Amino acid sequence: MAFESLSERLQNAIGKLRKKGKVSEADVREMMREVRLALLEADVNFTVVKDFVKKVRDRAVGAEVLDSLSPAQQVIKIVNDELTKTMGDAAVPLNKAPHIPTIIMMVGLQGAGKTTTAGKLANYLMKTQKARPLMIAADVYRPAAVEQLKTIGQQLDVPVFDMGTDHDPVDIVKQGMVQADLQKNDYVIIDTAGRLQIDDKLMTELANIENEVHPTEILLTVDAMTGQAATEVAEGFNKRLNITGVVLTKLDGDTRGGAALSIREVTGKPIKFTGQGEKLDQLDVFYPDRMANRILGMGDMLSLIEKAQTDYDEKQAQEMADKIKENSFDFNDFLDQMDQIQNMGPIDEIMKMIPGMANNPAMKNMNIQPKDLDHIKAIVYSMTPKERENPDLLNASRKRRLAGGSGRPVQEVNRVIKQFDTSKKMMQQMSKGNMNGMEQMFGNGVQGRLGKMAMHSMARKQKKRKKKRLKNAKRFKS
Amino acid sequence: MGLFDKIKQAFTGNKPEEKVPEAQQETTQKYDAGLKKSRQTFGEKINALFANFRTVDEAFFDDLEEMLIESDVGYETALQISDALREEVKLKNVKRTDEVSQVIVQKLVDIYGEAGEKEDNTLHYAQEGPTVFLFVGVNGAGKTTTVGKLAHRLQSQGKKVLLAAADTFRAGAIEQLQEWGKRDQVPVIASAAGSDPASVVYDAVEATIAQQADVLLVDTAGRLQNKVNLMKELEKIKRVIQKELPNAPQEVLLVLDATTGQNALSQAKQFNETTQVSGIVLTKLDGTAKGGIVLAIRNELHIPVKLVGLGEQMDDLQDFKPDEFVYGLFKGLIAPSKAASTEDLDPVHTTEANEQTTPADTHDAEK
Repeated sequence: MAFESLSERLQNAIGKLRKKGKVSEADVREMMREVRLALLEADVNFTVVKDFVKKVRDRAVGAEVLDSLSPAQQVIKIVNDELTKTMGDAAVPLNKAPHIPTIIMMVGLQGAGKTTTAGKLANYLMKTQKARPLMIAADVYRPAAVEQLKTIGQQLDVPVFDMGTDHDPVDIVKQGMVQADLQKNDYVIIDTAGRLQIDDKLMTELANIENEVHPTEILLTVDAMTGQAATEVAEGFNKRLNITGVVLTKLDGDTRGGAALSIREVTGKPIKFTGQGEKLDQLDVFYPDRMANRILGMGDMLSLIEKAQTDYDEKQAQEMADKIKENSFDFNDFLDQMDQIQNMGPIDEIMKMIPGMANNPAMKNMNIQPKDLDHIKAIVYSMTPKERENPDLLNASRKRRLAGGSGRPVQEVNRVIKQFDTSKKMMQQMSKGNMNGMEQMFGNGVQGRLGKMAMHSMARKQKKRKKKRLKNAKRFKS
Repeated sequence: MGLFDKIKQAFTGNKPEEKVPEAQQETTQKYDAGLKKSRQTFGEKINALFANFRTVDEAFFDDLEEMLIESDVGYETALQISDALREEVKLKNVKRTDEVSQVIVQKLVDIYGEAGEKEDNTLHYAQEGPTVFLFVGVNGAGKTTTVGKLAHRLQSQGKKVLLAAADTFRAGAIEQLQEWGKRDQVPVIASAAGSDPASVVYDAVEATIAQQADVLLVDTAGRLQNKVNLMKELEKIKRVIQKELPNAPQEVLLVLDATTGQNALSQAKQFNETTQVSGIVLTKLDGTAKGGIVLAIRNELHIPVKLVGLGEQMDDLQDFKPDEFVYGLFKGLIAPSKAASTEDLDPVHTTEANEQTTPADTHDAEK
C-alpha cells in the first residue's frame, strides 16, 4: 500500500516530539527537517515540499502550538491539515456533459496504464450509473494496443470502436463519435497512445482531437511510482491540453506515492481516481483527506469503518457477544470471523487500514497471503462438528487426521489451534471492553481514540453476527 | 586514472593519445541527443544553485540536497554527496560557491566511478548451446517493447532468435509480442491468453533446443514487486528454464522505467530476491530530465545497467556505456579551466564537442 514509508518517517519524527512536554522553536525546526526529508524521499516534488514545510513551520512556530497544552498533537494536526489541503480538499466527481455523450479522453506517458484505466472506468460507470459506454481505440502506434482494448471490451461487454492502425487518430475519434451518436451511448471513452509530453508532433495530435470533439473530461493517467518527473509530465500535458483531472495508477504497489502530493499542488488539477490492482473492478475514488490520514499513520479509519459496516451483519455480531460472555468462542466462530474478513477484501490491505498498523514492524514480518486464510479454513473444515464446538477434544491423533484431511502439515494445524486460542482470549477481553490485550498484540500500533473506537465497533459487530448465526442454527435443528 | 580525469580529458581534449574510435563516436552522439534533456536540467540546476548563493552555508547544503534529490539521484546518494561535500568544504575552508562547483561534479563522478568499478555492463551469452534472457519488471515499464527491440538487434546480427510470450495475463500482450515478431521476422512461441506462463516458457525452451536457436527472449507479465504470489510465479518460470538448460537464463534483466522515482530501488531489491537480477534495462530515458536515477542504481543497488532505451525507434535500444552516460550528463558542467568555470558554459562545451568530433583529431589519435 502506498505511503507506508512516508508515514513511518513522519511518525518517527513526530514521535521524538511527542516525548516532550513543551516544544521549543528548535524542536519544531528539527522535526520539520525530518518531515522534509521524508517527503523528498517519497518522491514528492521538491517545490511542493518547500511550500509545505514552510506553511507548517510558520503555523507550528506560532503561538497556537508553543503555548498549547499538547504541542505534539497540535503539530500533527497542522501537518495533517496541510497535507489534506495540498492534495485537494474533497473528492472531486467526474464531470458530466449536459447532453449525452459525456466524452472522456485518456492521456499520459507510455505504460502509465491508460488502456487498463479506460476499461476500469467503463466498468465503474456501468456499475455506478448503469451507463452504456463506448470505447474508442485511438492508439495506432503501439503494437496490439487496439487488440488490448478490444479484449477488455469483450471482458466487460462494452463495444469498442476501432479502425485498425492505418488511420489518423483524429479521424478514428471522429468516426467513433458518429457511431456513439447513432447508438446513443451516454459515455465515450477515448484511449490514446502513450506519448512524452515533449513530443511535439504527438502532443499536437492530442490537441487536434481535443479541438475536434471537445471532451468533457481529459484525464491524465500517471503512474504512482513516478519520481520527481511527475509534475513535469503533468505540466507538459496541461500546457497543451485542457486537463480536467488525474488518475493515479499502480497505487497497490509499495510506492510511497509522492506523485499524489505533487500533482495537485503544481497543476491545480484534482486526482479523481486511483488504480489499485490489475483487475477491472479495482478503481477507487480518490479521497484526499483519507489519504492524508493514511500518510500520517492514522489509518484510513473511515474506509475501514465503511467497509466493516457494509460487510458485517449487526445482529449476528450481537449473538457473538452473548456467546462470548458464556466463554464459548469456538471454531465455528473462528471460521465465521475468517469469512467476514475475507469478505472485506485482501487481508493485508485491511490490516493496513487499521491505525498504526501501516508502520507496525510486526506487519512487515507477518506477510499474510490470501491463501493462508484458505488453508486455515481447510483445517477447520476437516474437524467434526463436535471438535469445532469443543476444541479441547483435539489430541495428537485427531490433529493428524486434520492434517491429512486438509492437506496441511501437522505443525500448521497446531499453529491454527494456537491462533484460535489467541483469538479466543482476545474476543473475551474485547467483550469486557479491555483493549490492553489488543494493544499488546499490535505492539504500540493502535493509538489514539479513533483507533480504539474502531476496535470497539468491530468487536460489537462481531458479537451481533454470532447471535444471528446461532439463531439460524437453532431454527435448522428444530 | 580516475574516471573524473578521464572525463575531464574528454571535455578538454588535453590528451590526444586517448583515442576515440569512429563507432564509439556515433554512440556518443546518440547519448548526447538522448540525454539532452537530462543534461540541460541537471546543468541548469547546478548553475542556478550557484547563482543563488554567494557563500557556502547550511542553507546552501540544504538546497544542494534538494537539487540532487530532485534529479532522482536517490535520497541516500544525495545525503552521501552532501555529507562528503560538507567535510571537503570544511577541510579546504572553501567560502565561495564557484570553488565548490567543481568539487560537486567531481564527487558525483567519483562516486559513480567507484560504485561501478567492477561492474560488467555487457550482456552474457552461453558458451555453447542456446542463450536465454528473462525479462522482468513492473507493469508498463516497457518489457515487451524492449524484447522486440532487442530481437531486432540480435536478428540483424545474424543470430537465430526466438521469443516466448509468457505474458498471458494482460489483454493484448501476446498480440503485441506477435506483432513485434512479425516486424522482426522472428518466431514467437505463444499459447492462449490466461494459460500458465510457465508452460509457455517450457514450450519455448523445448522449441529453442529443437530448432537450435541461438537466443530465446522471454517476455513476462508486468507485476508489482510486492505481490508475493506473482513473484513466486516468476521463480517458477526461472526454475522451468533451469530444468531444461541448467546454465540458463544467462541474463535476468529487470526493465525499469527511467521516470520512476525512489520506488525503482524497491523494485530492484525485490525482483533481485526472487530472480537474481543480473542487469537492468533502463527504458524511456529520452523522456526524463532525471538521468540521476542511474547514479542511484549504481550507488545503492550495485546491479549493472546493461541496456538503455533512448527513443521509440527499433534501433533506439543501446548498450549502456557508463562513461558516455556520465559524459552526457555532466557535459557543460566540467570546466576545462578555472577561468571558464565562471563564464557561461554553453558556448564552451559546444566548441569542445566540435573539437572532439572533428575527423582530424581522430586521425591524430590513431597515429
